[in-house]
Amino acid sequence: MPAAKKQGQQTLVFSNPPVITASGTVVGTKEAAGPLGKTFDRVVDDPYHGEKSWERAERRFLEDAVQIALKKANLSSREIDFFLAGDLENQTEASALAARDLGIPYLGLYGACATIYEGIALGAVLIDGGFAERVVVAVSSHCCTAEKQFRYPTEQGVQRSLTQSWTVTGAGAVILAAQGSGPVVTHATIGKAIDMGQADPNNFGAAMAPAACDTIVRHLLDTGRGATDYDLVVTGDLGLIGRDLAEGLLQDHGFDLAERFTDCGVLIYDPQQQDTHAGGSGCACSAVVTGGYLLQQIQAGKLKRILGVGTGALLNADSPKQGETIPGIGHAVVIERR
Amino acid sequence: MIFAMAFLVGGLICVVGQLLMDLTSYKVTPAHILVGFVTTGAILSAFGLYQPLVELAGAGALVPLTGFGHILTQGAIRGVERDGLLGVFAGPLEAAAAGVTAAIVFGYFFAILFKPKG
Repeated sequence: MPAAKKQGQQTLVFSNPPVITASGTVVGTKEAAGPLGKTFDRVVDDPYHGEKSWERAERRFLEDAVQIALKKANLSSREIDFFLAGDLENQTEASALAARDLGIPYLGLYGACATIYEGIALGAVLIDGGFAERVVVAVSSHCCTAEKQFRYPTEQGVQRSLTQSWTVTGAGAVILAAQGSGPVVTHATIGKAIDMGQADPNNFGAAMAPAACDTIVRHLLDTGRGATDYDLVVTGDLGLIGRDLAEGLLQDHGFDLAERFTDCGVLIYDPQQQDTHAGGSGCACSAVVTGGYLLQQIQAGKLKRILGVGTGALLNADSPKQGETIPGIGHAVVIERR
Repeated sequence: MIFAMAFLVGGLICVVGQLLMDLTSYKVTPAHILVGFVTTGAILSAFGLYQPLVELAGAGALVPLTGFGHILTQGAIRGVERDGLLGVFAGPLEAAAAGVTAAIVFGYFFAILFKPKG
């Protein structure tokens, strides 16, 4: 017997769609100087955020984003059932340290840069399943901690290749609730880890594009919807190269999204002015663009229904050195104005 | 004249490095290029081909990584002449001691004095 709330192969349909009652976004100066600079809640000028290390700073970014969201929703941390969070540090330490200070029952997540969408999908499952009234989903990334993890420490000053993206410094949090006012989460499509053999750790966009495409196609087939059912299909952090690849792959599958297709990593920076090469990436990339600009557009009525697809490159510091190729992942969530 | 030659030769060696960075597959990492330059300098030096470049361009040939390879080889040759086989192991580091020590000492002090801004 098929699961009652599942449609097609990979799509979950929420019978009581959870509401996104509030969001909190915190970014660094580079993000604030970008085209979406005015859409973020808080800008922190100091990349150390008053702390001794980049890692401690990232934890502060994450806590700030959660506190901003809680304040907007007029809630205290005691009124939250679960804290779902993830980041890009070893063993997702930024999230663990934030969870320690927040004192909310904590589920640590790792979906690389797709984590915010993985979290929204799982948070919606907890709420629609009747296991929670309110859930906070939050993620963070910091340029200097992520470079250390996945490429070279910034202090080493290694030249960045043109296919490389720029990790967003910041954090985003959203509050999902069973009741309240705001946009709702109606569907989630859980992606497969797709690997087309891309092995260059300086080109995440190419590694993730096939996974993003697979999830979008699967979502449309599962729901029987077409591209025109969405005002916008927005991927997480494919960047300029990955977006073009995904667009081509979608056309191969017979879906021409054209003007309706964009990417948070393309939106967040101005590559000409800001020298960001392929665009933005990192957990915070999709989180601050979704929690900021996209939710604001939905609330203003400019967008009615969007398909957000968080994208992640599932490598670690050692796997490329051992000759492993990079699996990509894409998790899709439908956010609708209500 | 030596300044012009230092600029030209040193610059050309760096152009080769930049072209290797830009035109090769991602599998050729900065570490590969670094090691490749040191090894190339060492081999050229062993055949007596690097010393003329040093005489022509001075620091232009000594400062790039190929110059470090040259110093290692010359150290090994001098070590063998003085101590026999043991000199192969002692000579290169002895010759490069000033450069290696300076790198460690200055690296240490600059890391203490300055904080990276990101």
